[in-house]
Amino acid sequence: MRNPLSETIVSIKPSGIRKFFDIVSEMDDAISLGVGEPDFDTPWRVREEAIYSLEQGRTFYTSNAGLMELKREISSYLDKKYNLTYHPGKEILLTVGGSEAIDIALRAMLDPGDEVLIPQPSYVSYLPCTILAGGKPVIINLKEENEFRLTAGELEEAITDKTKILVLPFPNNPTGAILEREDLEALASVIEKHDIFVLTDEIYSELTYNEEGHCSIAALPGMRERTVYINGFSKAFAMTGWRLGYACAPRIILEQMLKIHQFAIMCAPTTSQYAAIEAIKSCDADVLAMREEYDHRRRYLMDRFKNMGIKCFEPFGAFYIFPSIQEFGISSEEFATRFLERKKVAVVPGTAFGDCGEGFLRISYAYSLDTLERAMDLLEEFVGELRQ
Amino acid sequence: MMREKILSYIEKNARIDLHELAVILGEDEAAVMNELESMEKEKIICGYHTLIDWDAAGIEKVNALIEVRVTPQRGIGFDKVAQYIYHYPEVNAVYLISGNFDFMVTLEGKTLRQVSEFVTQKLSTIESVMSTRTNFILKKYKDHGTIMVDKIEDERMRVVL
Repeated sequence: MRNPLSETIVSIKPSGIRKFFDIVSEMDDAISLGVGEPDFDTPWRVREEAIYSLEQGRTFYTSNAGLMELKREISSYLDKKYNLTYHPGKEILLTVGGSEAIDIALRAMLDPGDEVLIPQPSYVSYLPCTILAGGKPVIINLKEENEFRLTAGELEEAITDKTKILVLPFPNNPTGAILEREDLEALASVIEKHDIFVLTDEIYSELTYNEEGHCSIAALPGMRERTVYINGFSKAFAMTGWRLGYACAPRIILEQMLKIHQFAIMCAPTTSQYAAIEAIKSCDADVLAMREEYDHRRRYLMDRFKNMGIKCFEPFGAFYIFPSIQEFGISSEEFATRFLERKKVAVVPGTAFGDCGEGFLRISYAYSLDTLERAMDLLEEFVGELRQ
Repeated sequence: MMREKILSYIEKNARIDLHELAVILGEDEAAVMNELESMEKEKIICGYHTLIDWDAAGIEKVNALIEVRVTPQRGIGFDKVAQYIYHYPEVNAVYLISGNFDFMVTLEGKTLRQVSEFVTQKLSTIESVMSTRTNFILKKYKDHGTIMVDKIEDERMRVVL
């Protein structure tokens, strides 16, 4: 029989660190700090709206790009937040989570051999999606000394004449790093100079803890026309399982993305779209309350790490903290495995998000303070034992 | 405002220790302690209680909400009537209410007999009290912002990248 598989897909490694994850999933009594999704329930009014839409029998496809009412709400949300104007009918597309938007944006923009700059550590899907779209991923290794921000110098250095897209994953999973206006301005001038495009994944935009709040690169002068802006409902509104994200882009790009979406997906889930209208219209207070609680936990963890003497830069975004374990002289995976075996606490090795995550751990604070406290007590014990 | 931050936090978690509270709120520890002490003195903080699900503990307690209508009399405002009621130690709460009746009085943790004795012998006999209507709580679903039923576990997958 002939080989049924594509060489491209076979060449892609499965995500993450399999062995470690297998151990975690078998250990039922372990405390996990390994989850990259909110611990809050979706606000009740959103769930109730979804139930109502089902009762009304709104169970058909929506138009390919999504419900007009929802696109209008997204348009006015972006206008209000960042002074960003996207035409609801032509420049906004509802997708199955931010993940689909990443995939179809790359597929719509890449030709074979085009290079995509991917700063790491970062979420695991940019690299395989680039390969599947025929592009060539080029990794930019971010540095702890820069608080894992992408600098203009690093960008400049990575650009070749084949570079087509820069992926900008901030606020960042797994580091919690953010980019502030000055960082973005410096990047924008390099981007314009070399005439490249930006895929900005701002799924954590509502979860920033600095005073200025989140700034989008798309809102900088000259950037909107060369940017695909991606966001979604998962993190801000605690709606991960609803699978609803969106992409905003100039019409010329969005039209092509819509074609892929139309043939591969048809439309984002109808029930989720009705629920999302309620979320974006009337859940500002819920989002604020969740952000405040994340911020409490973030401060708590920073304090615990400081007292344990573990080096950790202060993250101002998402719900992750990314401490360094280099002093212990063992790999991230080794550290995580031993910590799990001895203390029954699961954290994610930094290497799950790229080779330059070696020497770091991703600790999620999408957990109650009680859970975090128990886990930190155990970490303190474990670190004490390692130092002996 | 620091006071509001402190109060909002400890309203839900009175047992947090001072250091942790200061860290979480991003404030100076000594300043938080000062504010706490002054708010206790000023009776802004009126007590630290425990929210208990007595049903889960298997201990039976009767809770009653009593609607009270009163005739306001010259020289005796609502406050004075309320005073007659709230001084009884078995009374848990007294609220002045807008609407069809005047006071909502709650009794907690009593037996049926104690409630009926209180209503018939104490409450109804207060001169300004015109009528009472006693409602017994059959089940507490939510109290002080905390859902008492459906205590669900973390159903997320253990690791999500």
